[in-house]
Amino acid sequence: MADATHWIGGGLVVAGTLLTLLGGVGVVRFPDVYTRIHAASLTDTGGATLVLIGLGILSGFTLETLKLAFVWAFVMLTTPAAANALANAAFSAGHKPRIGAFQIMKGESSEGAGPAQRDGGVAP
Amino acid sequence: MNAIALEASFALNVALLLMLVAIAAAIAWTRSLVAAILLMGVYSLASAVWLVVMDAADVAFTEAVVGAGVSTVVLLGATLLVRPGPVRVDWRRAIAPAVLVVGVGALLVLAVSGLASFGDPSSPANAHVGRSYLVETPNDIGIPNVVTAVLASYRGFDTLGETVVVFAAGIGVALMLGFGPRSSLPQPPVQPGEHHVVLRVTARLLIPLIILFAFYVLFHGDLGAGGGFQAGVILAVAPILHALVFGLHATTAAIPAGFVRGVAALGVLVFAGVGVVCMANGGGFLDYDRLFMPRVEAMIPPGLLGDPTYSHNWGQHFGILLVEVGVLLTVSSTMVTIFCGFAGRATHDVGSAR
Amino acid sequence: MNFVVTHFNYLAVIVLMMTGLYVLFATGNLIKRMIGLALFQTSTALLYISLGKVAGGTAAIKIYPDSPEAQALAAQLDPAYVAQFGVSGVVYSNPLPHVLILTAIVVGVATLAVGLSIAVRIREAYGTIEADEIEAVRAREPGE
Repeated sequence: MADATHWIGGGLVVAGTLLTLLGGVGVVRFPDVYTRIHAASLTDTGGATLVLIGLGILSGFTLETLKLAFVWAFVMLTTPAAANALANAAFSAGHKPRIGAFQIMKGESSEGAGPAQRDGGVAP
Repeated sequence: MNAIALEASFALNVALLLMLVAIAAAIAWTRSLVAAILLMGVYSLASAVWLVVMDAADVAFTEAVVGAGVSTVVLLGATLLVRPGPVRVDWRRAIAPAVLVVGVGALLVLAVSGLASFGDPSSPANAHVGRSYLVETPNDIGIPNVVTAVLASYRGFDTLGETVVVFAAGIGVALMLGFGPRSSLPQPPVQPGEHHVVLRVTARLLIPLIILFAFYVLFHGDLGAGGGFQAGVILAVAPILHALVFGLHATTAAIPAGFVRGVAALGVLVFAGVGVVCMANGGGFLDYDRLFMPRVEAMIPPGLLGDPTYSHNWGQHFGILLVEVGVLLTVSSTMVTIFCGFAGRATHDVGSAR
Repeated sequence: MNFVVTHFNYLAVIVLMMTGLYVLFATGNLIKRMIGLALFQTSTALLYISLGKVAGGTAAIKIYPDSPEAQALAAQLDPAYVAQFGVSGVVYSNPLPHVLILTAIVVGVATLAVGLSIAVRIREAYGTIEADEIEAVRAREPGE
């Protein structure tokens, strides 16, 4: 596998995977719904794009590349729309975005993070 | 260590299975019902990836659409109607099931030790009937996708039964939950708010593409992964998306609930009808070789599939296509009926994007 | 240890099945029970597919023997292995379990929908979907 296309394509696929993994880390670590949506959707779209470009390079210039291009168009269309829908839903449910510095201190409660949700219930 | 353990895909297989076990443990542990439902969607998608690693392309397709798509929508719809509180955890109640589960698990491990090792090509499952399908399909049926050949032709009677089961489930849900929006519901205001303009534009772009893709999957079921079941569920996603974004009233105005139920019945009729036609022409039920009368079959132009030298198994080709169309009609309309049943039961029209 | 490696899939499937069964029995919430049932059903699907996998095989879609894909696949395997277990020069995985599971998945979602609609009607009739609360309501109103 000393071919240049294999290295470039494989490298892009790995980079896309790492980007998506970083998005997962962001979802866990970010403090608030809106920042989490931002992390998840950005890295999801970007990671998918890198992976698809890498796979397109690996498969050469064949019908598969065209199919991958369609998949890319679909991902670019739907992932940001889904993020928009999520953010809308969060806003309609009453979550206010958390403005200001966020400091992690022991014992500090998370005010301003939205109304207390009934655990397991659907927002009224 | 047998041959399969040395394959790179075995590590992938182990990693994916461990991921599935972790997700299942999270589903069992969580106390939030919505979280359990979404984890179930993640579980379905992860098992779809695992199925691709296991060379089960058709099954992965079906699992991704059905498990991560329709199943999540139906579960969320039910949760919306029921509006439960948090799942209560009663530790005393959990002791007996835990003991039972450990006991049954131990018995199953004992039973499983008699199975052939993973990936063994000479195991009884893989060496006899399975292999004969791979060998005989090019002669008997002539389509590349062996799974579709077995599903629609060799085991067509099973598939007819499954289609009728799906149809019966749709009728059951319709009888219990109603056929669509309740007539007593007020019509939602005709002006949708500005909030959802992105969703509306995206939905308008996507719905025709989804329908086109569903038909692509249907017709290419012979050549690659695909077929009637996958295409039916994908086709059902289009009206469901429309109802989620524009409201159930708008969707029911466009596609009346009675029409959808009629299409479901038509699908079963087409499938069984193909079988009856084969019987009328002298063969057995669903014996596609007798689908056409011999003088009709002689009139089929040999170059129909692009290869002028190919002129046999026409009955199989057309029979499989008709049967898959029947499955598409029934599965898609049943999924739409199920969704309309759940969505229409709400006391206010929760589907519209206000 | 060799047993764990050669039967890893089956052991993992047993764990998944038992998790689903546990969720089904241990919780009183009707919808969570349906989720446990769905978990149980999909894990039996995993068992069947594991049984059908053939080492070095590919999806059961015919690959023409002279095509580049067939040659690329055959290059990774021992020629004697391909000659013994392959069909026209390519080793395929067993398609029969795939067929069985394909229909089982669609039927699974249909039965899930029926079960959930029953749960919705129970909620409308009794006001709750926790099994013990339903029992309490039924005990209070005999002849229901």
